[in-house]
Amino acid sequence: MTLTSPSALLRRAGLYLAALMILLWSASPFVWQFATSFQLDKALTSGTPTLIPDPFTWEHYYNVFFEKQLHRYVLNSLIVSLSTTALCLAFGSLAAFSLSRLNIRGRYGLLLVILSVSMFPQITLVGPLYILASTLQLLDTYAALVLVYLALVLPLVTWVMYGYFETLPREIDEAARMDGLGALGTYWFIILPMSLPCLVTTGLLAFITAWNEFLFALAFTSNIDHQTIPVGIANFTNLYFVPWGDIAAASAVVTAPLILLVLIFQRHIIEGLTQGGIKE
Amino acid sequence: MSADPVGVARSSVARADLSARPGPALPRWVWPWLLLLPTFVAIGAVAFWPILEGLRLSFTNTSLITRQSDFVGFDNYAGLLSDSRFWNAWGHTVWFTFASTVLETLIGLGMALVLYERFPCRGLVRAAMLVPWAMPTVVTSKMFGWLFDGQNGVVNWILLQLGLIDAKVNWYGDPDTALTTLIIADVWKTAPFMALLLLTGLQTIPKSLTEAARMDGARPWTVFWSIRLPLLMPTLLIAGLFRALDAFRVFDLVYVLTGGGPADSTETLSTLAYKELFSTLEFGYGSTVSTAMFLTEAVLAGILCLWLVRTIRRVT
Repeated sequence: MTLTSPSALLRRAGLYLAALMILLWSASPFVWQFATSFQLDKALTSGTPTLIPDPFTWEHYYNVFFEKQLHRYVLNSLIVSLSTTALCLAFGSLAAFSLSRLNIRGRYGLLLVILSVSMFPQITLVGPLYILASTLQLLDTYAALVLVYLALVLPLVTWVMYGYFETLPREIDEAARMDGLGALGTYWFIILPMSLPCLVTTGLLAFITAWNEFLFALAFTSNIDHQTIPVGIANFTNLYFVPWGDIAAASAVVTAPLILLVLIFQRHIIEGLTQGGIKE
Repeated sequence: MSADPVGVARSSVARADLSARPGPALPRWVWPWLLLLPTFVAIGAVAFWPILEGLRLSFTNTSLITRQSDFVGFDNYAGLLSDSRFWNAWGHTVWFTFASTVLETLIGLGMALVLYERFPCRGLVRAAMLVPWAMPTVVTSKMFGWLFDGQNGVVNWILLQLGLIDAKVNWYGDPDTALTTLIIADVWKTAPFMALLLLTGLQTIPKSLTEAARMDGARPWTVFWSIRLPLLMPTLLIAGLFRALDAFRVFDLVYVLTGGGPADSTETLSTLAYKELFSTLEFGYGSTVSTAMFLTEAVLAGILCLWLVRTIRRVT
């Protein structure tokens, strides 16, 4: 069968069409949202939707920053997500190092216990934790959110890191021991520097999870001083109508950085996730 | 990512006992546990303790309004069984889980088969597929609120132009279509990610197998049905299992788009439990709903795992 035969051409055409459909599926809703964010409310309710803003307006961006104070939610989210990421990398890498490199009984049992946590419905956790946080005066604090997110992300981070550490050759452990390094020395001077790509992937996963989390943020925070972006956007409603333009602008602002990060690190993310979640 | 700089088979060397060189005055067996301690304290306090505390609360009439907290035995569970709102939410959750998991797996499989082939801009398409996954679910929810808006939504407009509908559909404002709209939004968000997971599974299938079949004159459909699909089955099942467990606890999407309405037509177990806990502040009964959910999920996970292990054994 040569490449120019009609059936081969048809196959090619079908393939391109399918690829185009996948691209449209993935990108078009967000592109539409982006286009919406530059259109006047009048144009949005005119009855004939258009993709190209005419007239073009920054009005919605002005609204979300100056009226709805989006930057305060962004700041809260940044503080919470970055703290979660840092702690998660520290705790997760120590745990994964211990499980992969040290002489420990019941390694696989422990890994399963850690993984099982990621299957717990979060709604079951939120009630008791709310009472606890309230008793400890931790409601409306960053600390409560960071502690909860930490535990929610740790299972995945530990698994992905464990998988990665297992691929590092064991000879280097021997060599480190010969050179007089103890467990912590090997962890700090040998394993961590060799795991930078993995730290980037898992850090990104932790960041995205914390950035996007909604349930606990909704339950644990009650005002703009500590509310994160998802709660802020969920509460974007006016008295008489839904401000679709403002919502679109806010969506674009909080999603664009994530999309950028994901595009830069896409290869690492896919590999990291499949390593942690899918491989037997 | 599996960099192996020295290029040695790692199985040939046993785990070096690094604990042989303990720090100051600590017995060697302490080290591994010490390093695990932060993680286990975190998941113990934020995951295991709340499950047990939730179980305890589910046997009490705890309410943050009346400030009571007395042991009531199985009263809450008896109430649950005769609570029509619970069964209503249960039905929606099961249907949502089933429909979205099946659709996402099938669509994801289709996408993965396309992505496996070579074509220009494949990297771009693959990168774009991560966008729905990375986007906050709250944003997805609002975005579909706008796309499927009953008055000015573009979906209605397109369908009207194509002549597929005669009048505007009030997608998530109508009890008949609201749950379907939520399923569409969930499938949109998760199917591409599913495809990327399945793609890595497809790539582990040796090319020689499919090539050989093609040489023998097997048609593409036969190659898929008798070679790729059976070999992909373990990946497909595991991905589907995790997806189902995830879909079962759906909260953000529903809470933001419909809040469980209209007329409770999209109430799921998570949103129902959340309302019991934080609207009526009935922590006793709310914990019963959420504990029942946990138990369902645990049983579901157990059954699926067993079935999975058996299927994988049979296939491989």
